[in-house]
Amino acid sequence: MSEALLQIDGKAVKATEGMTVLQAAQQAGISIPTLCHHEQLEPYGVCRICMVEVEVRGRKNYVVSCLYPVARDLVVRTRSEGVDKIRRVILEELLAHAPDSPALVALAQEYGADRDRFEKESSFCILCGLCVRYCAEVKQKNAVGFIEQGPRREISFIPEIASKECWDCQECFALCPTSYAQAAYFLTEALAFPGKRRAGSHSA
Amino acid sequence: MTKLHSAAELENLRAGILSSRDPAQPCIAVCAGAGCRGADAGRVVGAIEEEIGKPGLADKVNVRATGCHGFCEKGPNVVISPGDICYFEVKPEDVPEILARTIKGEVIERLVYAHPDTGQKAVHLGEVPFYKHQTRLLIGDNPKIDPMRIEDYLALGGYAALSKVLFEMSPGQVLDEVKKANLRGRGGGGFPAGLKWETAKNAPGDDKYVIVNAHEGEPGAFMDRALFTGNPHKVLEGLIIGAYAIGSHRGFIYTRHDSPQLIKHVRNALAQAEEVGLLGENILGTGFDFRVELHFDVGIFVSGESSALMRSIEGNPPEPRPKYIRTSVAGIWDKPSNLNNVETWANVPQIISRGADWYTSIGTERSKGTKLISLSGNVVNSGVVEVPMGTPLRTIVYDIGGGAPGGKAPKAVHFGGPMGGSIPERFIDTPLDFDELAALGAPIGAGGLLVMDEETDMVDVARYFLEFLTNESCGKCVPCREGMRQMLKILTNITIGKGKSGDIGRLEDLSDVTGLACLCALGKTAADPLRSMLRYFRDEYETQIARGSEAGRSETR
Repeated sequence: MSEALLQIDGKAVKATEGMTVLQAAQQAGISIPTLCHHEQLEPYGVCRICMVEVEVRGRKNYVVSCLYPVARDLVVRTRSEGVDKIRRVILEELLAHAPDSPALVALAQEYGADRDRFEKESSFCILCGLCVRYCAEVKQKNAVGFIEQGPRREISFIPEIASKECWDCQECFALCPTSYAQAAYFLTEALAFPGKRRAGSHSA
Repeated sequence: MTKLHSAAELENLRAGILSSRDPAQPCIAVCAGAGCRGADAGRVVGAIEEEIGKPGLADKVNVRATGCHGFCEKGPNVVISPGDICYFEVKPEDVPEILARTIKGEVIERLVYAHPDTGQKAVHLGEVPFYKHQTRLLIGDNPKIDPMRIEDYLALGGYAALSKVLFEMSPGQVLDEVKKANLRGRGGGGFPAGLKWETAKNAPGDDKYVIVNAHEGEPGAFMDRALFTGNPHKVLEGLIIGAYAIGSHRGFIYTRHDSPQLIKHVRNALAQAEEVGLLGENILGTGFDFRVELHFDVGIFVSGESSALMRSIEGNPPEPRPKYIRTSVAGIWDKPSNLNNVETWANVPQIISRGADWYTSIGTERSKGTKLISLSGNVVNSGVVEVPMGTPLRTIVYDIGGGAPGGKAPKAVHFGGPMGGSIPERFIDTPLDFDELAALGAPIGAGGLLVMDEETDMVDVARYFLEFLTNESCGKCVPCREGMRQMLKILTNITIGKGKSGDIGRLEDLSDVTGLACLCALGKTAADPLRSMLRYFRDEYETQIARGSEAGRSETR
């Protein structure tokens, strides 16, 4: 693998080709906020909070750093007026769902996001997909998935699989930035296989 | 039909078809396109067939059910050749008279076009104002073709370009001709097709795919369906030529599952082309193999986005791919995949037959050829229009479209549907040009043109388009899903008199971020109509918001 020398926030950064801008930045001790990213999972690129400004041959563009590949002489700015605005508005959109999520509240402070800018939404899931992807990629169980499309998109535990697999796992709960995964799981349990948790855990 | 093994055999077949036809014998072409069928064209065709069955008529006149002629407003349309005599709003009851007078060489006055204001009549297609100002290189063949019969396409010189390519040109020469023609993608982006082909051609790997994007889904766009349903072989010929240039042996046609007539015609065209050896193994005996599969969407607009479309062909949910790699390098199953829209492919045969020099003589400096336009909204003559690039919008809206009905003044023209933009009437002399219209904020997009009259509520138009896209987004990325959700809520509130101060600032922030941060073109352009309206019709938004704020204050008092 050949090396690529790029510039992040004015600092010369050495990276290996094939790496993403996010990986290169983290290696150089430069922090970029993320919500849907997880080291054990394939980059997903949907929360868009890790957007940075890149300059290629004089052309400025906004890209998600968790997927954008490093390249020689790439100029990256992890903070700029444009980047900060994107992050602020995205946070304000997500705070309409989960105004008290610690991860979101911390970022909101940093980027001056107003948690009451937009009308509140009833679901506090931000659809980062960490639970869905962790279950599919790491656990390979697919006990939780996405259903529906557009604004009706939501996560849903599949009772047939969840009743067998989830009782002694529940590792996705800790990944969830809003605790919605727990809520969705216990709702599924209560509706589809009540009591199964106790039976499954052999504590009855 | 037997399989053709050479260029000479194709020409023999063509000569045979032509010699069996008497050009002097009248042929009645009834439009059976989607619009005319809705206006009962099916019964008109049935009535003609029944009438022809009567003794003494069968050898004197022919009948043909065709694809869309274009003038949907006046359907069912009938065109009688020779002479291209046009009858409009034809009813089954008119049929006996049409037949009786046609064989005598007479014209029925009451069925010809009469100008709504002057009453001036127009008998022949070239004299009808709707058609007179058009240049119908692509759609003009529709009245001459029964889409279910490959013979009709062959009779008009069909597949001669493919034969020329296979026997007289190298793949590189084909690519050069398309690049020289500066054919720009008709699906929305206006990206040069030749450059896209070149990327796929040069991408490493033996398996390469070519794709027809026939997923026309936005409100106010019906030109691709009209062209593909009415003349499927033209698109197919373009696709095979592209496959030869790129080095592909497998093609896909991706369309909507809910266009039964289109599906029937395309399926039939694929089978007929294969039967005569113009598709499949060893095409025209040259050793070139190329197969085509037909695929359907799952009923969501984002399926038409190139990377989502390719995921769908693979059998995955149609969600756009966030990777920074072009589909022409890594598309379907990560193989180089070249996708062009229906109209783009349909342009290819004539570029080959008539040459890039001829093609570039039509249009403006940077936008060449003709463009199909779906003309609708507050306009007297709605329908499918084809004009040279560079035609002033005034010609399309007034000369062809007849202006707004009821003596009202057009207020705005809107291009590109829910991902396009509205410009005020004062820009009506702008030429039809990819770059000039994009600079004004109303990119041509796929070619849907809506005329809006003085009574149109511009807040409600933006709300309508956002409502459409909100339902058609996949919901995967935050700025698209959440941005549209919030914009739609704010716009809905404004239209029901619940606007608040700060709404315009909120809309601007949301639309800016949606435009910059979304992962696919649907999201990136979803706020474009709203942005164009905040640019040109801001006062309407301010007035409606002020009315809402006023009402809100009086309620709390």
